[in-house]
Amino acid sequence: MKNNRLLRNIRLGIKTLLLHKLRSLLTMLGVVFGVGSVIAMLAVGEGASREALEQIRRLGSHNIIIDGPRPDGDEDGQRGERSRLLIYGLHYADLDRLLEGFPDIARAVPVKLIQREGRIGAQAMQLRMVGTTPDWFELVERPMLDGRPLSGLDLERKANVAVLTEHAARRLFAAARAGLGSQIRIGGTSFTIVGIVQSESAAAGGMQTPDRNTDLYIPITTAQERFGDLQEHRSGGSRSREQVQLNQIIVEIGALEAVEPNAVAIASMLARVHRRPSAYRVNVPLALLRQAEATRRNFNIVLGAIAGISLLVGGIGIMNIMLASVTERTREIGVRRAIGAKQRQIVYQFLIETIVLSTTGGIIGVAIGMLIPWVISRTVAMPTYVTPISVVLALGVSMMVGIIFGIYPAIRAARLDPIEALRHE
Amino acid sequence: MSTPAAQLENIHKTYHMGDEPIRALNGFSTTFDAGSFWAIMGPSGCGKSTLLNVLGCLDRPDQGRYQIDGRDTAALTDDALSEIRLKYLGFIFQSFNLIAQLTVAENIELPLYYLGWHPERARKRATELAQEVGLAGRLQHRPYQLSGGQQQRVAIARALANDPVLLLADEPTGNLDSATGVEIMEMICALNQSGKTVIMVTHEPEVAAQAKHRLVMRDGRIERTEARA
Repeated sequence: MKNNRLLRNIRLGIKTLLLHKLRSLLTMLGVVFGVGSVIAMLAVGEGASREALEQIRRLGSHNIIIDGPRPDGDEDGQRGERSRLLIYGLHYADLDRLLEGFPDIARAVPVKLIQREGRIGAQAMQLRMVGTTPDWFELVERPMLDGRPLSGLDLERKANVAVLTEHAARRLFAAARAGLGSQIRIGGTSFTIVGIVQSESAAAGGMQTPDRNTDLYIPITTAQERFGDLQEHRSGGSRSREQVQLNQIIVEIGALEAVEPNAVAIASMLARVHRRPSAYRVNVPLALLRQAEATRRNFNIVLGAIAGISLLVGGIGIMNIMLASVTERTREIGVRRAIGAKQRQIVYQFLIETIVLSTTGGIIGVAIGMLIPWVISRTVAMPTYVTPISVVLALGVSMMVGIIFGIYPAIRAARLDPIEALRHE
Repeated sequence: MSTPAAQLENIHKTYHMGDEPIRALNGFSTTFDAGSFWAIMGPSGCGKSTLLNVLGCLDRPDQGRYQIDGRDTAALTDDALSEIRLKYLGFIFQSFNLIAQLTVAENIELPLYYLGWHPERARKRATELAQEVGLAGRLQHRPYQLSGGQQQRVAIARALANDPVLLLADEPTGNLDSATGVEIMEMICALNQSGKTVIMVTHEPEVAAQAKHRLVMRDGRIERTEARA
């Protein structure tokens, strides 16, 4: 019964509002644009930050990634020097220091990169070999598609085995899961392919260039033994030589709260050993994650403020029209009062009208706010994401706007003197 | 003798127009018996509108006792007065005062809506009332689609919806041409014949002549009362 009455009141409200269609539409517009723009902006922001967070998360929140970056800029300046030796990177000793000096470290995985030409039968191609340990496969959480990962035994025996990435397998064997058991000749050594691992961005839809992923994972001991630390690059007639022990060390910390203190300690340890601050770089995905989340929070606060202002403006528009409507319908109010409507029933009637108005505006706003990100996603390939909570919140807030800005006109309507109201022209 | 429909004792009501007090009702006392039909007359400013407002529980007297169907209305809250209007009173206005966005049926149902009737029951009652006032085919029309006489008939149906003790009419023919006015008066007379108590304010002698009693006011008091010859 009570429900039924509410429904009837809503129906009457809609009917009254439809009496002045254009006016009602214009009145709603403030809320429509307010809600629509906020939902659209939130969707775009959410899409971008989700992508960023996902990328960071893939690096592992327990991990600390230490790079020994190649110094750039030097190269161009010294083109004249025909066989310059560039020495950079982390040291094998760094790995030992980490494992000995930092009890919080659960695992430390060295990464040594080697660029070489590989051959399968007559086919040749540039490969990037990643010399590492079996732990690497667990740390980066990339599933094996076929075969097995590297093993401790491979490491010990300095075995000539390799794990291919999916992309490399596709390029070398024209199928993602092909090539298991095949031989690849690199330099003077023949490697047996024992496993195929998923490429880095396969899950995310392949945002990176496939070439970055024509990787071949080999035991680091094998890499040291067969290829050493010295590499030669030939490009356009000039020759450069580089000496690198380790390109990267990925460290996993057991406890999450120990990640950031250890990162600081590792950085100061490296500072003592390497002296040149550009020789190493300590990346903490957790810190990046925190930063990205803080950025997102700030973005949401700014959006919230914009939403607040636009809904305030929309609400004032609604209040303005409702006050005019009360004046216009003074006589109706008088008639209703004369018939026996109580003040609170008049309040109720006008309040429902405003709530219907603002909530309808909110619904249209949500529809527009969802349409815009959809169009953006389709046209400029930007990820967008409409969070359900933003939709619920928008509708709730627009309903609140109706109540807040409707209550004053409604009370004014109810307080009218019935005699005066009936006499009103 | 049954309970009087309305009983007023020594009613005072004073308005202030600027600095000057206007004694709209100045010790007004009378009794309107159940089933009677009164025409209230008098020059403008004599207090007849104020009397109607007091009778209609739209206005409170400053002083005096007003009983409706034996119930005292003194010291009632706004909500309680609304309740009395809802249950005991029916209004017929000079300018019909139908609500534009509602259909004929919805206008007639309005008091029943506030009384909390079930919609189906209310619609049934509205249909019967529309039939009674000769507008059976117009239930879904809007007021602006009707002539003045038809609108007044809808207003009468609405005033009857709650089966009031007292029917208050304020110049019910004032906005109608004379032929239509006659029709409306016939309808009001018929209602009185069937037992409704009617109090009507008018300044047209020929309209007043159709009431069983006439009450002529002057300066907030009764100048004279007369029964129909």
